[in-house]
Amino acid sequence: MQVSINRSLKTLAVAAVAALSVSACGGGDIDAKTSQNASANASNSAQAGKCGTINMAVNPWVGYEASAYVVGELAKSKLGCTVNYKDLKEDVSWQGFGTGEVDVVIEDWGHPDLEKKFVKDKGGDGSATDGGPNGNKGIIHWYVPPWLAAEYPDILDYNNLNKYADKFATSESGGKGQFLGADPSYVQFDEAIVKNLNLNFKVVFSGGEAASITAFQKAEKNKEWLIGYFYEPQWLFAELPLKAVKLPPYTDGCQADPAKVACDYPDTILKKFYSTKWASNAEDTGVKLVKAFQWTNEDQNIVAKYISQDKMSKEDAAKKWIADNPDKVAAWLK
Amino acid sequence: MSTAAPPKVIRQGPAPDAPPVLAEPTPRWKPVAVVLLLWLAVWWFTKGTDTLVLAGRDRTPVMDTLAAFRDRMIAGRESNPVMVVTGALADALRGTVSFLQRVISIPDDPRPVPQIGWLGVTAVATWVGYAVANWRIALLVLGTFLSFGAFGYWSHSMDLLIMVGIAVVLSLAVGIPLGILAGTNKRANSIIEPVLDFLQTMPTFVYLLPIVLFFGIGSASAVVCTLLYAVPPLIRISAHGIRTVPPTMVEVADSIGLTRWQRLLKVQLPLAKRTIIVGLNQTTLAALSMATIASFVNGPGLGKPVLDGLRINDTGTALVPGLLIVAMAIMLDRATTAASERGDIMARGGGLPPRLHRAILIGGGVLAAVAVMISRQSLWAAEFPDLGWGRAIAKGAGDVITAITDTLSPITGPFKDAITYALLNPLQAFLSESPWWLAAAAIALLAYVLGGLRALVPTVVCLAGMVFFGLWNNAMVTLAMTLVATILCMVIAVVVGVAMARKRSADLLIRPILDAGQTIPAFVYLIPCLALFGPSRFTGIVAALAYAAPVSIKLVADGVKGVSATTMEAVRSSGASTMQQIRKVQLPMAKASLMLATNQGLLFVLAMAVISGMVGAGALGYDVVIGFSRSEEWGKGFAAGATIVLLGIMIDRIARRAAEAAPDQWKRFPMRAPTGPF
Repeated sequence: MQVSINRSLKTLAVAAVAALSVSACGGGDIDAKTSQNASANASNSAQAGKCGTINMAVNPWVGYEASAYVVGELAKSKLGCTVNYKDLKEDVSWQGFGTGEVDVVIEDWGHPDLEKKFVKDKGGDGSATDGGPNGNKGIIHWYVPPWLAAEYPDILDYNNLNKYADKFATSESGGKGQFLGADPSYVQFDEAIVKNLNLNFKVVFSGGEAASITAFQKAEKNKEWLIGYFYEPQWLFAELPLKAVKLPPYTDGCQADPAKVACDYPDTILKKFYSTKWASNAEDTGVKLVKAFQWTNEDQNIVAKYISQDKMSKEDAAKKWIADNPDKVAAWLK
Repeated sequence: MSTAAPPKVIRQGPAPDAPPVLAEPTPRWKPVAVVLLLWLAVWWFTKGTDTLVLAGRDRTPVMDTLAAFRDRMIAGRESNPVMVVTGALADALRGTVSFLQRVISIPDDPRPVPQIGWLGVTAVATWVGYAVANWRIALLVLGTFLSFGAFGYWSHSMDLLIMVGIAVVLSLAVGIPLGILAGTNKRANSIIEPVLDFLQTMPTFVYLLPIVLFFGIGSASAVVCTLLYAVPPLIRISAHGIRTVPPTMVEVADSIGLTRWQRLLKVQLPLAKRTIIVGLNQTTLAALSMATIASFVNGPGLGKPVLDGLRINDTGTALVPGLLIVAMAIMLDRATTAASERGDIMARGGGLPPRLHRAILIGGGVLAAVAVMISRQSLWAAEFPDLGWGRAIAKGAGDVITAITDTLSPITGPFKDAITYALLNPLQAFLSESPWWLAAAAIALLAYVLGGLRALVPTVVCLAGMVFFGLWNNAMVTLAMTLVATILCMVIAVVVGVAMARKRSADLLIRPILDAGQTIPAFVYLIPCLALFGPSRFTGIVAALAYAAPVSIKLVADGVKGVSATTMEAVRSSGASTMQQIRKVQLPMAKASLMLATNQGLLFVLAMAVISGMVGAGALGYDVVIGFSRSEEWGKGFAAGATIVLLGIMIDRIARRAAEAAPDQWKRFPMRAPTGPF
């Protein structure tokens, strides 16, 4: 026993020495890369327009991720910025403008309440700045699965909904037809619309995007009756082209009183919002890039599809789109 | 795995041979039935009036006041002393987390990789596993760490370890002194106890809102949430450990003239050490199970990829990191348990010969140091190679789960409808269509009948609070769902628990599944639940069951097993059939465990109310979700969270007082088992 312990100790010692000597002279590729990075950082900061840090809020839906990561990866690879992605809900993101924890919200669907609190001209503390449109257009409607639209084409007019109300009934809807409300993050007037158009429906809230998407997928697969609130840009449309039901068209002011809404949703111009302090570094190339960024729903849907359908990582999806679209990218970097 | 400890404690209860029937409280079913019948009669004539329904996005002044308070705090970020202090604390926490991240998890710019790569971290962890426990644990640690990298989640796993580590260190710093205080000072205990009850009844989602307000987003809030969730079991168990030091030992200490401090340090703490380590184990697992929730506020860790999976509706993508969380839980549980038992094994002369042990310890230490050096030098040892296993498994598992849900979905719909129409809708109609004064009076009366004045007082306070926060109707809807889920939970618990208790093979087969069920984040199984049942209250119930049933099953199984072998022998020789054995002997004798299982099941189900709100169950859960999503609804979300807490405390109080005459185990550990994120 004694001998074997000594022997094993000796073997260990030999192995240790061998490994140490290997690591001491050979290897070392990390050090090489480190000094390479350090000199790159130095030269980067020597240039006139250098890039600092971008704290990018990432709100929890795939389309948003597509926009955030395309901008972020571009800033990292072409401008050498430090990009921190922060997975946050909208409300919390806006709180971050004031503390310096968040610099950019890249896709805002309209939060008048938050603007009132944080944007100066709206009466807020001025920690947030309206960055104007990001090029995407938010389209909100009442949708049914494609099979339903194909078999009962007249269902696409709200006037005919009551005729089919009992088909939409579920265990949740108390004898009326069920209307599936959405993730609470979205502005919804469905209860008022149902009431004011005298529809024999009850709004049941799915409570989350995952729940809504699964419901539509299941309805199409099993030919179930389903009507609900949904929106574009959304990756689901690549897989399942939902059909919109026509409501009385939106007119200015028809949503002014939430209790009296009886019209369709307007298209929303999606906007960027910045931390005022961050955006004031006008010479920062990262700030310039974010300010210049604009793209279309189709662009976003492609990247969203890479992430959700092709299961690419968010970084890889963004890099692929950047490589495939040099012209668009060049325009933002000018 | 993770809940190994609470049942252990329960087994310390009265000797199983004692005839429990004698300790039973007298049945109070008659007055309960009278109250229910009265309630039903009045309901019949008054239903639909005074139900306090709060429509859609309506808010009460109380909710707006809460939101205004939030706005004031945000506006006073720079000047308000509370905000300044919490802000400074948050900075310190964030700094610590980010420092540790740069050491083991994220590139420390300009280095392309962290300071210590996977090879070094794995080697050190394995060595620690050997040093604190034994070679089996070392192998387990090695395998677990390699799987973090092999499945492609090295960085997220390290983040999670960092978060758990910081939370546990802080828990020890806060929990042990408080535990000692609660264990030695009656008055302190009477203050600490209710606070712990409160913390443990509150669904963790509820504390996210206020904590983010004070600590900002990111790792600081995540650490604080985790701490609040993880520290109560440690305080309770430490106090219990101190209290159960044999009084003779304390007397001896006093008689030889030790001061109180000396008595504490030399006698009480060393004797309570083992129990305190059990507490440490519970705290570690509780901290781990906060992983996914903390990700909602950008807390780093494996919860993030789980939420990513939810976002793209892909169970497979969420499953792999979910299983890694389970693997980490198993590793930490086994390691802390083995570490706590090591002293005993050594004392009995077990383990390797000391010289060999020392040799391995030194040799292993050298090897680990070398591995650290290499991983600082060479890229291959710093960055885990991409093996693609994670993606392959995600895809395979996703396909299998889709196939299963597709096959099952024709029968699940009718099943959902049957339960909803037969059980849930009538109960909900009864509770939520009662005028509020009727329901409140009836519940208070029930509390009095079941638990006397000591149940009545907290019940009245909770009911008043629920009315005050303005979500009475939704509270009743949530209560109905909770009761239905609890009934289903107990049906499952009795069937499976009895099977486990009677057949050892069934126990061996089922227990690991229960362990996984308790540890895996609920977000992993939400999508399959939705695919089977669509967004509905029943889906919320199923999600809650997946979380609550394992605990109840284990409690029932342990209780039935506790029926003494001699009793069972006698029953068998009397020629009773299997069903008779179960119904006439085993279940009645395990009654205390059944009641405990019901109470725990109920609280667990309630804790899942918020998750249920995300799958279409509506009511209070949805209100919390909406408060989290929309700034103007913050007050409503907070009010809903508070209402859930009040519901939980009320139910728990009634149940506990009702069972006061029952065996000790009820009173001793009213704690929520530590695992599961909510």
